[in-house]
Amino acid sequence: MFKRTKRKNYRYIGLLYILPWLIGLMIFQLYPFFMSFYYSFTNFNMVAPPSFIGLDNYKEIFTNDPGFTQALKVTSLYVILAVPVKLAFALFIALILSAKLKGINLFRTVYYLPSILGGSVAIAVLWRFLFMRDGVVNNMLGNLGIPSIDWLGNPDVALYTLGLLSVWQFGSSMVLFLAGIQQIPGDLYEAGSIDGASKTRMFFKITVPMLTPIVLFNLIMQMVNAFQEFTGAFVITNGGPMKSTYLYALKLYEEAFTFFKMGYASALSWILFVIIMVVTGIIFKTSNRWVYYEDGGKS
Amino acid sequence: MRSEPRNKWLSYLLLILFGLVMIYPLIWLFVSSFKTNQDIFGSSRLFADTYVWDSYKLGWQGTGLYGFDTFFKNTLILVIPVVIFTIVSSVIVAYGFARFNFPLKTLLFSLMMATLMLPDATILIPRYILFNELGWLDTYLPFIVPAAFATSAFFIYLMIQFYRGLPRDLDESATIDGCNSFTILTRVLLPLCKPAIFSVGLFQFMWTWNDFFNSIIYISSVSKFTVSLGLRLSLDASSAVSWNQVLAMSVVAVLPCILLFFLAQKYFVEGISTTGLKG
Repeated sequence: MFKRTKRKNYRYIGLLYILPWLIGLMIFQLYPFFMSFYYSFTNFNMVAPPSFIGLDNYKEIFTNDPGFTQALKVTSLYVILAVPVKLAFALFIALILSAKLKGINLFRTVYYLPSILGGSVAIAVLWRFLFMRDGVVNNMLGNLGIPSIDWLGNPDVALYTLGLLSVWQFGSSMVLFLAGIQQIPGDLYEAGSIDGASKTRMFFKITVPMLTPIVLFNLIMQMVNAFQEFTGAFVITNGGPMKSTYLYALKLYEEAFTFFKMGYASALSWILFVIIMVVTGIIFKTSNRWVYYEDGGKS
Repeated sequence: MRSEPRNKWLSYLLLILFGLVMIYPLIWLFVSSFKTNQDIFGSSRLFADTYVWDSYKLGWQGTGLYGFDTFFKNTLILVIPVVIFTIVSSVIVAYGFARFNFPLKTLLFSLMMATLMLPDATILIPRYILFNELGWLDTYLPFIVPAAFATSAFFIYLMIQFYRGLPRDLDESATIDGCNSFTILTRVLLPLCKPAIFSVGLFQFMWTWNDFFNSIIYISSVSKFTVSLGLRLSLDASSAVSWNQVLAMSVVAVLPCILLFFLAQKYFVEGISTTGLKG
């Protein structure tokens, strides 16, 4: 009898431990999630209560808001440019580092450090100084005889300068790749060399396939983050010049916290949510063609 | 992948070259915080002929009523509770997920993992409105309270992964010794979890310390500004003044993170590798 009640309590004791999270999920995640959906159909300026206006916000966004079109264009370009380059770089360096070289820890530290400082204002400030018209980068190019580039003032270039800041922070993806490479069982390579496979062949037939799940993971997380990038564009260029770095998060920030159009901004945030979900879905859908799972794709 | 010797030198060359490119901006930041305006711009040289030594002292005083002593104090008042609450809440919640079976566990676990990918932008506005109604705007509560409720799935997952690596025999023998589930956690598992706890604490420290987006949304009075906000303030205010002060304060802003990183690098790498998640 005693034993049975104890068993029964045991069944619920786990719930007790996760209770803080469950409460937090309800109040700080699920409730806001559904409320932003509701707000997106309202006119809400935080002074008067929200008034229901149906699809008007969405209609306005899609048909009559050049800022939205521009933000979407800029953000898509940013994601498409920055994420693959960043991951390619991370993978490349991880592969070099994975060879048993001396001083690998030092190199790993140096490469990882920028991504730890990440989106801080200090780094944005630094970037602004480095890439100013008469800043260090242009002076260095000048020494090499290359004409100076208006990194932050030229609308065709500014977004790339911000993308470069993102690529500079490839360290955390690199650490993940490194961990992945170290987890590849050594006997795979032994089996490969017994079968007479060359190093290049083993690289493409063992290393690359074994890393594809990590590529998938990095790709999705970096993509989700890149769609929401804010600090760099806000501090370095403030969306300019000529809105060429007007990222989606800036648009959202402006509508919500400059104009206090909370309903409109909620609609914007839901559009971003749907975009991110669709892109994630597409990546997942195509992933069974290029991601290799050890257990044959059952997980 | 074992490299042949001739590849080795090429690898070193590439690594050193890229390494210099990676680290140069930070070195430049430090050296330039002692330069005059003329040397910060219009020169490609790292070192200048003349240095000024008062940029840190003047920059520290700030531009208005409040200096960086206030901003640093504020940042610590914000960051320390966030870090502590994050550690405590994720240790407890992860224990529940890692060691117990309960109704709807699979569903709840999937839900938790799904929030990893939930864009912050989507829940931003109702959160702001909620905090406004609670009267929490312009306080640090929008940072601290969610941390106490383990809203960051990243840290829960990190802890879960770590618990999973600890043998269950430990729990069982502790039960025989008369421990209840909570004392198993505090006496048996927690001492073994130190590396994971360090990882959680360090990542949360860095992220909260460097956070700008939430700070700019929730904090409006200069007297409550964090270092991030203070830095942006001096950047905007000192358009004609000495740039070295802005650079000096940037150095000061990243210094705690750089020091922590060098002291505890191992925990960052382990933390990021055990979860397989990004930092």
